[in-house]
Amino acid sequence: MKTKNILLSLLLVLCTSAFAQEAPKGDVLFKGGTVLTITNGALENTDVLVRDGKISRIGKGLRAPNGVETVDITGKFLMPGIIDAHSHIAGSAINEGTSQVTAEVSMEDVVDPYDVSIYRALAGGVTSIHLMHGSANVIGGQNETMKLRWGQTDPDMLRFEGAPRTIKFALGENPTRGARARGIQPQSRMGIEMMLRNSFSEAQEYEKRWKAYNASKDPKKVAPEYDLRMQTLVDILNGEVLVHCHSYRADEIYMLLKVFSDFNIPRLTFQHANEAYKVAPELAAFGATASVFADWWAYKLEVYYSTAYNAAILHENGVLTSINSDSGELIRHLFHEAAKTQKYGNLSDDEALAMITLNPAKQLGIDNRVGSIEVGKDADIAIFDNHPLSIYAVPQMTFVDGVKYFDINNDKADQRIYIDPESSIEEVTLFEKMDYNHRCMEGAAIFFGQNLINHQH
Amino acid sequence: MAIAQEDDQVLKAEYGKFALTNAKIYTVTKGVIENGTLVINNGIIEAVGANVQIPNDAKVIDVAGKEIYPGMIDGGTTLGLNEIGSIAEAQDYREYGAITPQMEALTAVNPNAVTIPVTRVSGVTTVWTMPQGGVLPGTAAAINLFGYTPDQMYAGQRGIVMNFPSTAGGRRWRRLSEDEIKKRQERAMKEINETWDKAELYAKIENAEDVRNYPEIEALVPVVKGETPIFIEVNAAQDILNAIEWIKGRGYKQVVLTGVAEGWRVADEIAESGYPVIAGPVQAIPTRSSDSFDAAYANPGIMSKAGVKVALRTMDNENARNLPYHAGFAAAYGMGKEEALKAITINAAEILGVGDQIGSIEVGKKANFFVSTGDPFETATKITDLFIDGYKVPMTSRHIRLYDEFLNRATGVDKTKPAIEIKKK
Repeated sequence: MKTKNILLSLLLVLCTSAFAQEAPKGDVLFKGGTVLTITNGALENTDVLVRDGKISRIGKGLRAPNGVETVDITGKFLMPGIIDAHSHIAGSAINEGTSQVTAEVSMEDVVDPYDVSIYRALAGGVTSIHLMHGSANVIGGQNETMKLRWGQTDPDMLRFEGAPRTIKFALGENPTRGARARGIQPQSRMGIEMMLRNSFSEAQEYEKRWKAYNASKDPKKVAPEYDLRMQTLVDILNGEVLVHCHSYRADEIYMLLKVFSDFNIPRLTFQHANEAYKVAPELAAFGATASVFADWWAYKLEVYYSTAYNAAILHENGVLTSINSDSGELIRHLFHEAAKTQKYGNLSDDEALAMITLNPAKQLGIDNRVGSIEVGKDADIAIFDNHPLSIYAVPQMTFVDGVKYFDINNDKADQRIYIDPESSIEEVTLFEKMDYNHRCMEGAAIFFGQNLINHQH
Repeated sequence: MAIAQEDDQVLKAEYGKFALTNAKIYTVTKGVIENGTLVINNGIIEAVGANVQIPNDAKVIDVAGKEIYPGMIDGGTTLGLNEIGSIAEAQDYREYGAITPQMEALTAVNPNAVTIPVTRVSGVTTVWTMPQGGVLPGTAAAINLFGYTPDQMYAGQRGIVMNFPSTAGGRRWRRLSEDEIKKRQERAMKEINETWDKAELYAKIENAEDVRNYPEIEALVPVVKGETPIFIEVNAAQDILNAIEWIKGRGYKQVVLTGVAEGWRVADEIAESGYPVIAGPVQAIPTRSSDSFDAAYANPGIMSKAGVKVALRTMDNENARNLPYHAGFAAAYGMGKEEALKAITINAAEILGVGDQIGSIEVGKKANFFVSTGDPFETATKITDLFIDGYKVPMTSRHIRLYDEFLNRATGVDKTKPAIEIKKK
């Protein structure tokens, strides 16, 4: 009886592990296009072979092994799938704004695989996004780095397996606005600095208590209270969670550099950072990086003194910079946003394209896997009919792990994978910039000026 | 190209006689002149062609290797009426009340708004700036982006804005039942019809002796009389059809449909109505989650091919400068370069009723144009020279000045190290 039970349980375990899901991976040979490698220049009339979801060969005159489909890309351009380092699509909630520190929550719990914005982003050449918590609080929740495997209904299947943990911080008008509405601290930039320092100090004490408990040999020792919020802050202090901080003004950017210096946290990415260009040398000295808009400005006081030349100035001053969307609309033409560094600045093609591929990959800690066309990297690939930096570029196909998720020649209009059976009318939503595009403050601000209707970043 | 100020030198706009030589000139209405000269004098285009006599007293600007285009016209913005979106005090395009057609956008424009130079250095020389909100929010105006008073900026056209009752859902979290929507529509149409009935009555009796002062209705009389155009903002397909039917019933002569986000669904009906449209933004998500991803990109091209006269707009403020990219996307997704260029030059000018003054490079028209390093739709193209209303406008804006200051910032003093080492004895 016992052996039967053991055998039965073994069988069950084997069965469940067989059903344990792995992301689909494909094989394909791309033939005869211009391959924009990002790290090794533009290779004309070149082939790329993908095996089991990885780039296995780059060269000329490659032949497709048995059973591998050939995709003719003559006259077309192949580039790494675009990575959006700041996104709120595919999330059913954005802000846990009930406290100014909510490090314990995570976007992985609210991934919405049914959001048709995912498909639309694929139709814009995007293969990975950084689904971020909102900017309602100083220390927000953890973010989720994802791959856009449209059609997968299990949220876990959209994870970018192995991506480092990241967390959202926010400075400036958004958190202070929320706190003002609730009548709590921080209501000024002074308060934000102290909330950060206080939170880190408390985390250090929490860590001390646990270390003391773990080291103690006292048989009657009692464990300190476990606090996931504090534990997450400890993880940040120990460099296990990458901080991405929503910020705008030069002085608050500089403030955070000092706080991170004081608490010995070496890695930091500033998001939006419209005034980062004013402290570019300081950012470069610290080694901090920036993920910015191409040209959004003036929607709030803290972005009134922006310049569209921000990315170019940062780049020229040695700050690793990427361009993001923070918008379900903008994400679809990040290739066009990247080209703005050639209008507002003089970046080369590779430098401009790196802003939406290799650079965000480095900021998310996934550059060993994606961000350039190199042997061994994931086959996250976007194909265009014109050079992606041209206004006339129309995305043709988008692949994730060598599997095709978008093909303009096989693109039916209605891509929804779930339609609410109780919806009685087809909902027509007009271009209201607030609703679909800018969700950073969604669910957070109790009261805001009527003119925040246009932009909420 | 950041041509900015040197030290404290303030660049001023220049006026007078200019000759731009060795240019590739895109006239828009009369073809492309491969290598030509453009002569302007006191605000007007005096000559344009391959073999043009350059006046002795003209300031000559050699633009060899570059291209000249008519200044771009944005068919719908709130530029000049709003500086900082999140601050109520900075917003002047939305007045309290649903029926306020007498509110003039023109007088409320801030000619010194920081957003204006930022916009014009990208080649957008003229915009239609519009009141928002309510049913009849006010009177919009066409303005050139150079001038020190609204009257100096005025580009020659004003129009009544009307927001046609919308069946569109609007907010994601507000779902009305079909019945509720129908009732809302009926109430809204009743109010609209009562208002225009009053306007038509007022038009008949306004010269009588004891007619009372009624600004809201008086403002509508010129539309009734066919003297002022009405710009009807309408987007959902069924709403567009309803609007066309309503206007035909009313019989007003000068009509423009704006927004028309779902115009592609009823392109034939719009073409049949004969009404021109101002469409946009082009870089927008589709109106329905069941729509193809490129519905908004392809919208202008589909309407244009069906025979509709199309102008484009950004419906933006601080980024109206992206108008050429909205046009570029429209071009790439079916409209074609030529039609898309017309949509932001001559079509826009004609639809706004100022086609005899701007929108193309022709003798007798105003000197509204820019010089570029190439195709203005291509993102990397840079604008090098700008003329608005005959003034050569300096290519500077706050963005450019900040670039110049911070590209290679002064290092500043490092206070963590002593300034000088004092040697101890």
